Amino acid sequence: MMNVLRRLLPSGRTWVISVPYLWLLVFFLLPFVFVLKISFAEPDIAQPPYTPLVTKEESKVTINLNLAKYETIFGEAETFATKGLATGMAESQYLVSYWNSLKLALLTTLFCLLIGYPIAYNIARADETTRNTLLMLVMLPFWTSFLLRVYAWIGILKDNGIINNLLMSLGMIKEPIPMLYTQFSVMLGMVYSYLPFMILPLYSHLVKLDTRLFEASADLGATPWRTFFSITLPLSKAGMIAGSMMVFIPAVGEFVIPELLGGGEVLMIGKKLMDDFGVSIDWPQAAAVTVLMMILLIAPIIWFHRFETKQREAEQ
Amino acid sequence: MNGNKMPLANKLYMLLGFFFLYAPIISLVVYSFNESRLVTVWGGFSLKWYSVLWNDVAVMSAVKISFAIAFMTASFAVVLGTIAGFVLARFGRFRSHSMFAGMVTAPMVMPEVVVGLSMLLLFVALQTSFGCSEEPSGLVQRLGCWAFGERGMLTIWIGHVTLCTAYVAVLVQSRLKEMNRSLEDAAMDLGCRPFNVFFVITLPLIAPTLLSGWLLSFTLSLDDYVLTAFLSGPGSTTLPQWIFSSIRLGLSPEINALATIIICVVTTFVVVSNRLMMSAQAKRDRAIQAALASTD
Repeated sequence: MMNVLRRLLPSGRTWVISVPYLWLLVFFLLPFVFVLKISFAEPDIAQPPYTPLVTKEESKVTINLNLAKYETIFGEAETFATKGLATGMAESQYLVSYWNSLKLALLTTLFCLLIGYPIAYNIARADETTRNTLLMLVMLPFWTSFLLRVYAWIGILKDNGIINNLLMSLGMIKEPIPMLYTQFSVMLGMVYSYLPFMILPLYSHLVKLDTRLFEASADLGATPWRTFFSITLPLSKAGMIAGSMMVFIPAVGEFVIPELLGGGEVLMIGKKLMDDFGVSIDWPQAAAVTVLMMILLIAPIIWFHRFETKQREAEQ
Repeated sequence: MNGNKMPLANKLYMLLGFFFLYAPIISLVVYSFNESRLVTVWGGFSLKWYSVLWNDVAVMSAVKISFAIAFMTASFAVVLGTIAGFVLARFGRFRSHSMFAGMVTAPMVMPEVVVGLSMLLLFVALQTSFGCSEEPSGLVQRLGCWAFGERGMLTIWIGHVTLCTAYVAVLVQSRLKEMNRSLEDAAMDLGCRPFNVFFVITLPLIAPTLLSGWLLSFTLSLDDYVLTAFLSGPGSTTLPQWIFSSIRLGLSPEINALATIIICVVTTFVVVSNRLMMSAQAKRDRAIQAALASTD
């Protein structure tokens, strides 16, 4: 009797797995089903603000799949095709937003890599106490409020901000240089905010490299630069990919930075989504934007996951 | 990879790098002591913005709500994240293992607008399916509507827990992987049941990691704006929401004063806890080494 029960009931192992598993299924995976569903609805002035997909009148069940929200987005491609690039850029909102987001996220990743790699490299090569202090210094801004760090840049970049005031008082410029509310300020804010996410994975890969490889390389007559390009750089590839994905994926959907540092000038898709959701209360449109963003990001997310798993398995 | 003296050029580069990271923070602190209402024009030293902040009822209530949510988030995310990290590090492969692993880490990189909107739509669907707009009948409906009838602290908490669990799970997993398994194996050999091994051996060994996981979750929750914007209701304005709406109204030295306080608290906390954790970790590692050496 007990044996039968034991076989029928899940084992202790299964119970342990099921706690976080169920949580993630219900609160992380299941919601995407609703996003997909509501992207086919129509906005409605009601509670909730969209029409039901399935309606039942007497014994007749109707499924209403509304493709208008996707047509809004893809219809903009027609504008580009018929009216040319310049008019297309001026008239379409969504495609331009996607394009800007991808472009700025890519540039942000590139700059984070260029600025962050030498920092991670130097931390990894320092002695142990210095290394700890430096790591803490990299982490510290990350622990202080993200919103407030973005806010700080407004004061630095605006027309009567710190940089312009300084340059004007030195007499180097007569008119303030417009820096805030441009693509430049958005990218600067993103590089600044995401830099620790690049430095940490890079550091954790670089610190594990075997020093004997460098010694061997030097003994064989390689210059330090040669050693760097043919040994250090290839061996830290996994760290570069992990760090780049940690920056690129969230940067594509960034909302706060374009909202605060880009103003109305810089269209980005995270901001467009929030506007559809909060300002025009068009939830189906916001859902359609999300579905397309997920399709864009699914490849990098899988790539990131694969490199992470490979890395963890190598640690064992 | 260590032991080299840093060349001068590298040192200069590091100085420049840290200047980039810290200059904005320093500018926030400096202008919080500015007498003038114009944030970037110096009008003499003053502490008046701190008293304005202190007497601002909206800020104080937002601080209270944020701390409550952050405390509850961190406490539960540590439990859930430890289980998830333990499963990933110690359970080997099981059915749908890679889907589980993917779901655990995905909230870390997934854009917050995506996670926020999808969670919101789930909660709205729950609300409709419980029939909360009408008079709820039956125990299940009443319970469902009590929990999800209105967005507020509970829905924010669920969102934050899902985000923070990912971070805790990754921390716990990598700590367990680098840890020597022989102590757990020894206890198992001596007849200790897996359940007890976890609580008596594993948990105390990873305690410092749990503490850093708790602190990380607490800060992430305290700092989150986007998820909260989707998941909050009318009565639950958190501190980041107050900050965001004040920034949109324009620069204000009051925000600088708040920033300065947050920076001071966080810095003290991080420096002290870093010191404590480093020494605790070193002590623990030494003890484990000694224990292992004596068994040879």
